[in-house]
Amino acid sequence: METLKGKVWKFGDDVSTDLIIPGKYKFKTIDLGELSRHVMEGADPQFASRVSKGDIIVAGKNFGCGSSREQAPLVIKHAGVSAVVAKSFARIFYRNSFNVGLPLVECPDLYENVETGDVIEVRLLEGRVESMGKAFYFKPIPGFLMTILQDGGLVEHYKKRGSFVWEEPIKSQ
Amino acid sequence: MGMTLAEKIISMKIGRIPSPGEIVVLPVDAAMAQDGTAPLMIKSFEGMDAKKVWDGSKAIFVIDHISPSSNEGTSALHKMMRDFAKRHGVVLYDVGEGICHQLLPEKGHVFPGGVVVGADSHTCTHGAFAAFSTGIGSTDMAAVFASGKLWFRVPETLKINITGWMPGNVMSKDAALYAIGEVGADGATYMSVEFTGEAVSRMSIDSRMAMTNMAVEMGGKTGLIASDGVTREYLEGRIKVPFLEISADHGAHYADVLEVEAGKLEPMLSCPHQVDNVKPVSEIGDVPVDQVFIGSCTNGRLEDLEAAARVLKGKKVKARTIVMPASRETYLAALQSGIIEILVRSGCVVGVPGCGPCVGGHHGVPSPGDVVVSTTNRNFKGRMGCADSSIYLASPLTAAYCALNGKITVPE
Ligand code: SF4
Repeated sequence: METLKGKVWKFGDDVSTDLIIPGKYKFKTIDLGELSRHVMEGADPQFASRVSKGDIIVAGKNFGCGSSREQAPLVIKHAGVSAVVAKSFARIFYRNSFNVGLPLVECPDLYENVETGDVIEVRLLEGRVESMGKAFYFKPIPGFLMTILQDGGLVEHYKKRGSFVWEEPIKSQ
Repeated sequence: MGMTLAEKIISMKIGRIPSPGEIVVLPVDAAMAQDGTAPLMIKSFEGMDAKKVWDGSKAIFVIDHISPSSNEGTSALHKMMRDFAKRHGVVLYDVGEGICHQLLPEKGHVFPGGVVVGADSHTCTHGAFAAFSTGIGSTDMAAVFASGKLWFRVPETLKINITGWMPGNVMSKDAALYAIGEVGADGATYMSVEFTGEAVSRMSIDSRMAMTNMAVEMGGKTGLIASDGVTREYLEGRIKVPFLEISADHGAHYADVLEVEAGKLEPMLSCPHQVDNVKPVSEIGDVPVDQVFIGSCTNGRLEDLEAAARVLKGKKVKARTIVMPASRETYLAALQSGIIEILVRSGCVVGVPGCGPCVGGHHGVPSPGDVVVSTTNRNFKGRMGCADSSIYLASPLTAAYCALNGKITVPE
């Protein structure tokens, strides 16, 4: 969980939740196997059939903008993607991703320096991404979100502890 | 130092002055999930082994996105919501009641100083009542249903100050679109967007809600407007708590300020396929329009239907025109005042209160190649259910003129 290594899939700016998982599918089922067959369909129809376990999505600014649908990070995770590294994320998508156990990294500098197919390594605790021997830095993930990630998402987190980490005093970032 | 509106509401909850960037835990006054997000919320709630809902009177389900259901899969999800609501004493607004963001204030769940969360991104709408109100996902919602609380990052504030008054063919939607064009789709990410100025004070509740509704389209966490006489008039008789007038302090610190002169605004369009691709209608030229949609949590209120009826009275539409009142209350008011009859006679299709075509589930999915003018809040590719159609976002007035002429038209 703390170090993720994978092959890059690169996308542009403003990838909306409609592109990640079109609204028309989400009302019919909450079965993730079924929904994941359409992951990123609006941005790249080939993605679902080609993505493999551990791959990492790299994107521009405002990734995950649009609706509050949690199916968006869920299908990305279910498709095997281990992390998303973007210039910036939409707010609700950001919360949802940690809640479902998908790590997100805000690292604007990486974008221009990778292409689809490159292999990168993301070190969550150190706040560092490595690509072809070069290092790029990001603000490490806040502690309480890391706790949720390490527990495997918010559902497992509560199941395990019977309370939420934020109910204890939180150190401000 | 003074506080912005967001800081003020948060301070009332935590009993001290918050600072932007800080993480705070707030008690929630209303928590809503709709049929697109409630099923996953239920799955998360049960997955957590949570035993009961913290307060059924503050937990609300709305069936509005695909309502009434168009297929068996959706019907099963609706049933799942009904069963859960019954078991846990959750308030349920079933098919035909209307759109969640219209129902929450209408039914008295929203009040100045309250904290409202919704598993729907346009929950920012309720900031029109000086409530701190924001969209969250299903699992966050499960956490709220279990504990009645949630963590928030105290937002910085972007102030949008609209001075003067708008020309006759301009509506608050145009002001919102203009602001989004200036700020950009992510210009206010994580921020509270506070609308102030003479134009905002003079606006009706319907107009104010159309603006706060769009705050998320600039990335905003909430859209906020101070509560005043207009707010009081709407809420009195609906809410069960004392009404409070809440506004930002003089000397509050804003991360940024956008000044807008209302008098200089003109009718605007958000062009395909990004909400911040905003242009004056006058610059678009002759574009034939296949379908018009007047409705949604942005512009499906009485004032909006009225504006359309004024344009279409005694005339016939040239484009397929779908109208959906935002709620049963809106529908009834429009029926009683004759608006519905005018619209039906002019050739509009009037549907049941709900989201309808806005989200592409049913009731008006465009075909490939269609040009749609819509009073909704998003025009992303595929938003209305067809990735090969083009969506222009407009005010109800502009939309009605486009319907009348079958092409993009500047309203008079
Ligand atoms: S009307 Fe559209 S934007 Fe509003 S809640 Fe419904 S689907 Fe969402």
